[in-house]
Amino acid sequence: MSQAALICVQALNKVFGLRPALRSVSFEIARGELVALLGANGSGKTTLLRILAALSKPSSGTVTIGGWQLPREAYAVRGHLGVVTHLPLLYDELTAAENLRLYARLYNLPHELSKGDLEARIRESLARVGLLKRADDRVRTFSRGMQQRLALARATLHSPDILLLDEPYTGLDAQGSALLDSLIADWHAQGRTIIAALHDLSRAAALCRRALILADGKLAADLPMPDAPILTETFNALNPS
Amino acid sequence: MRRTPFLRAVFAIAAKDLQAEFRSRLLISAMGLFAVLTVMVFYYTLESRPEARRGALPGALWVTVTFAGTLGIGRSLAAEYDRGTLDGLVLAPVPRSALYFGKLAIAWLFTLTVALLVTLALSIVFNTNLLRLGWLLIAFLGTLGFAAIGTLLGSMAVYARSRETTLPILVLPVALPIIIASVNAAHGVLDDQPLGEWIAYPLLLASVSAVFLTLAYLLFDYVLEE
Repeated sequence: MSQAALICVQALNKVFGLRPALRSVSFEIARGELVALLGANGSGKTTLLRILAALSKPSSGTVTIGGWQLPREAYAVRGHLGVVTHLPLLYDELTAAENLRLYARLYNLPHELSKGDLEARIRESLARVGLLKRADDRVRTFSRGMQQRLALARATLHSPDILLLDEPYTGLDAQGSALLDSLIADWHAQGRTIIAALHDLSRAAALCRRALILADGKLAADLPMPDAPILTETFNALNPS
Repeated sequence: MRRTPFLRAVFAIAAKDLQAEFRSRLLISAMGLFAVLTVMVFYYTLESRPEARRGALPGALWVTVTFAGTLGIGRSLAAEYDRGTLDGLVLAPVPRSALYFGKLAIAWLFTLTVALLVTLALSIVFNTNLLRLGWLLIAFLGTLGFAAIGTLLGSMAVYARSRETTLPILVLPVALPIIIASVNAAHGVLDDQPLGEWIAYPLLLASVSAVFLTLAYLLFDYVLEE
């Protein structure tokens, strides 16, 4: 791993039964990078992000985050990760604030912050995603887009160094998508390392600085982010329909 | 490195489940309804055999607790998996055994509640006082052992495609020593046998529970692996 690399993936393979999902994937990501993970459906984006999040074990190869090797040292890495998946990972019967309070406890925030500071952090997180007025409403009454906004608040409540976003725009309307654009820009400006699996190539080109393109489980391209038309052309060449 | 202490994580997970269940009442109502219906089935099937009723009471309690408990534990874990919230718990920097003990605490609480409700219902329906210290001690230990086994095996079964059938198939054979010991001990209490005649069974229940709790503490890291 080079000195500057925060995330180092070497010859990573993942096999489900007989079907290979990832094939000899290798790359490095430096601290503070904003990387788009692109690929057609089934190309291995979610599998790769789940392995980086220590939710899934590699079949072979090595994954190192901040010097800790996964999955052996996953316990050390987890507190530094913020993860948004296809599902919001929220409890329907709890309110928005209660969900965040639960995750705050699971990330040991009551130990790090006073009660007042913790409540302020929760209110601030809800305000940032436009849900402060719905803080005391149960999540079951939220639309999909509102749940996704709350999922973003959940994933960043503990101020993680690394954000793994798997199709984070799922369910968001235009206003919500614009909000997420600005949140990602803010997080990047704060020096966080972000890997976002995206479908929208124009958005990826506008938002990110680097593109990793997966095709059929292989890392088909690793390039500085080009303009949208060139990215689309490259993507289509690597993923012929 | 951020790490959440074991007990704090256990408490957070158990409190969350209790709060959610307090609002939805989905699990306890399903388990309670199942338990009441089973007691009624026992009542009507034993109606014509009054001499067999008393001897059937321990079996009636533990058959009901076993099936209601399996139903409750399975649904609780399946809901975590289906909503993806199991990933949310696994992502947190908590010892994985804390996830087990958090879920176990609630599974035990609900199974014990069902055991007490069924004891009350059997006492009323069969006009026999079952609310005795020995009976309650056995309910306390037996449900702990059952919940320990059910939560461990249920966490394995949650990834299975046909988990509704997988869980009972896994749990029932393993929980058999718990069920047999509980029933035999309950017979001892019901027949007013001296303590020395049946005390080995609660000790067996405590030992089996301790073995499974230790196993879960040591092995739960591997149980939740995909």
